Amino acid sequence: MKNVNIDYLTRVEGKGGLDLTIKDGEVRDLKLRIYEEPRFFEAFMVGRRFDEIAEIASRICGICYVTHQITPVRAIEKILGVEVNDRIKLLRRLIAIGGIISSHALHVYLLALPDVLKLPNSFSIDPKLLVKALKLKGLGDKIVEIVGGRAVHPVTIVVGGFTYAPPKEKLNALVDDLKDAKKTAMESIQFFSSESLPSFEADSEKIALSNSDEYAINEGRVKSNKGLDISEDEFRKFIEEEQVPHSTAKHSKVKGRLSYMVGPLSRVNLNFHQLNEDAQNAAETSGFKFPSCNPFVANVARVIEMISLIDEAIELIDLYNEGEVRVSFKVRGGNAAAITEAPRGINYHWYSIDNNGVVKAADISPPTCQNARRIEDDLRAYVPTIAELSKEEIAHRCSMLIRAYDPCISCSVHSLNVKVRKT
Amino acid sequence: MKLKIGVFKFTSCSGCQIELLRINENLPGLLNLMDFQNWTMASSNVQQGPYDIAIVEGGISTPEGIEEIKTIRRNSKLLIAIGDCAVFGGIPSIRNWMKQREAEDLVYPKPEHLKSMKVSSIDEYVKVDVYLKGCPPHLDDMLEALKAAILNIRPRLRQHPVCIECKFYENECLLTTYKQACMGPVTAAGCGAICPNVGRTCEGCYGPMSNPNVKSMVERLREIGLTDEDIMRKFRKYAGTSEYYREVARL
Repeated sequence: MKNVNIDYLTRVEGKGGLDLTIKDGEVRDLKLRIYEEPRFFEAFMVGRRFDEIAEIASRICGICYVTHQITPVRAIEKILGVEVNDRIKLLRRLIAIGGIISSHALHVYLLALPDVLKLPNSFSIDPKLLVKALKLKGLGDKIVEIVGGRAVHPVTIVVGGFTYAPPKEKLNALVDDLKDAKKTAMESIQFFSSESLPSFEADSEKIALSNSDEYAINEGRVKSNKGLDISEDEFRKFIEEEQVPHSTAKHSKVKGRLSYMVGPLSRVNLNFHQLNEDAQNAAETSGFKFPSCNPFVANVARVIEMISLIDEAIELIDLYNEGEVRVSFKVRGGNAAAITEAPRGINYHWYSIDNNGVVKAADISPPTCQNARRIEDDLRAYVPTIAELSKEEIAHRCSMLIRAYDPCISCSVHSLNVKVRKT
Repeated sequence: MKLKIGVFKFTSCSGCQIELLRINENLPGLLNLMDFQNWTMASSNVQQGPYDIAIVEGGISTPEGIEEIKTIRRNSKLLIAIGDCAVFGGIPSIRNWMKQREAEDLVYPKPEHLKSMKVSSIDEYVKVDVYLKGCPPHLDDMLEALKAAILNIRPRLRQHPVCIECKFYENECLLTTYKQACMGPVTAAGCGAICPNVGRTCEGCYGPMSNPNVKSMVERLREIGLTDEDIMRKFRKYAGTSEYYREVARL
């Protein structure tokens, strides 16, 4: 019998661990432990004003603050009947792309790359590569900073649009650097090949937003490879949370079906045809075919998303012109949901507000909540294929698989039940 | 000799660590001076100390957290609290005005499994050497604190309100001219008046400046038409439990 305990996962955001018991090559017990402190966002949002919610929700996550602002703003705009103009939509897409580039670059270069280079961290990789990689991440930060007024927890995103129209010349000044950054992204596809990534297939349901007009980020229908095709308003009708006997964590699954995956691999699998040509060619270079059932291939998906989205950022900057970026509205009560693609997958927010614009109830399901059960199911299927390896190697491979989901544990915890492990 | 650094997270969003990583292409320079011996978010190479500097993000809200922060304090020469959650309790402290039981019931179907308490600043439990306010504190302030630690001097941190920075940018006053509920006059500077610069009132995310005139601020907010409940919300946000705000935040 082997007991594999990872007290705390490293190179992931937030606090989590893994307890695993293997007997006769089979998984006897497996728990993805989340011991992050709960923060009760849905509770203390009650009683706050509708125009504070983006600012507060942003603090759910220090990496995916952009999606935690745009999602509640869109839900509240639906309640108030606000229609934003095309310029506002363009800026929201641009800032979301900035957020995804920054988050993906952080994950790919600082968190995941050490695994394929067999290093404990990225601090000791070739400084030239490190500088190029961090410049790429910095450009994502810059886009968010210019459009959002600040890189971490931006301040310009409000119900009805933006508080200011970012100066076009500041955005134009990023274009040359973005072109360089795209080269960096293209070069880094070489790190993720069938030799560096474990081979493992899991035929899980992959859920992502999908939109016939564009590679879906801020709006679309919720679709999957297993026939799911619903609007964001129907999310709670089709996705249920339940408590499983072996764990106190609330897990998501499609009603009447199993756990599912959200995130870059789901997006690329479903919407590959909407990525640009360079991204599709890079995918071919990697040797992996999409749709892919190998969760480790999420890192390839991140790289090719970066390639396509950098080009799109350049296009959006070109299309953008300064002008009206805020529409007026009257406050009224109601309730509504919105879903956007966070870097880690679909992010669901639902609010109910009264006629004075005060929040009566909130329901939030960030991507890592939705992935938690899928991560466990993947591990359960994966561990028997590596059961003969040493405990250290099993722990390393399991960490890699969990890391491939880029879990954002702070995000997930406001609605995961928490079990603090005693050692 | 490189300084031995530990970076720790409690009840927070990791945004302060992400702000620190916004050093981006200058990271190799920082790595020349500092050895990150315990930074689980960025490195799998974890050493248990002692550290020259502990950089701590997040407030304390579990019994385990109390033990952990005390251990970190014992193991560190200098402790830098980064961000409002560590310094004041931050946004998660909004729940401190609810019964813990009510907050738990609203979010969790089986709250009996939780081990959670009201959230507090870390200096509730241990001595803090450097306080970096902000949600997040600006990277420049973090680097100032680290540079000062290397030179063994006190960091130069701003004691004045956001208004001083706002004047540097020649912004018209949102509070007196436009009658908007700008928290600038009581809020610590350091952000560079980013919100007024982009057409938004200061929301107070750097927490209180030293010795703010809260009474006068409340009167001004009443004058421009805010209800007591609106005023309570303004103060019960990033630093509601701080000594300067807790009376008003209770309104």
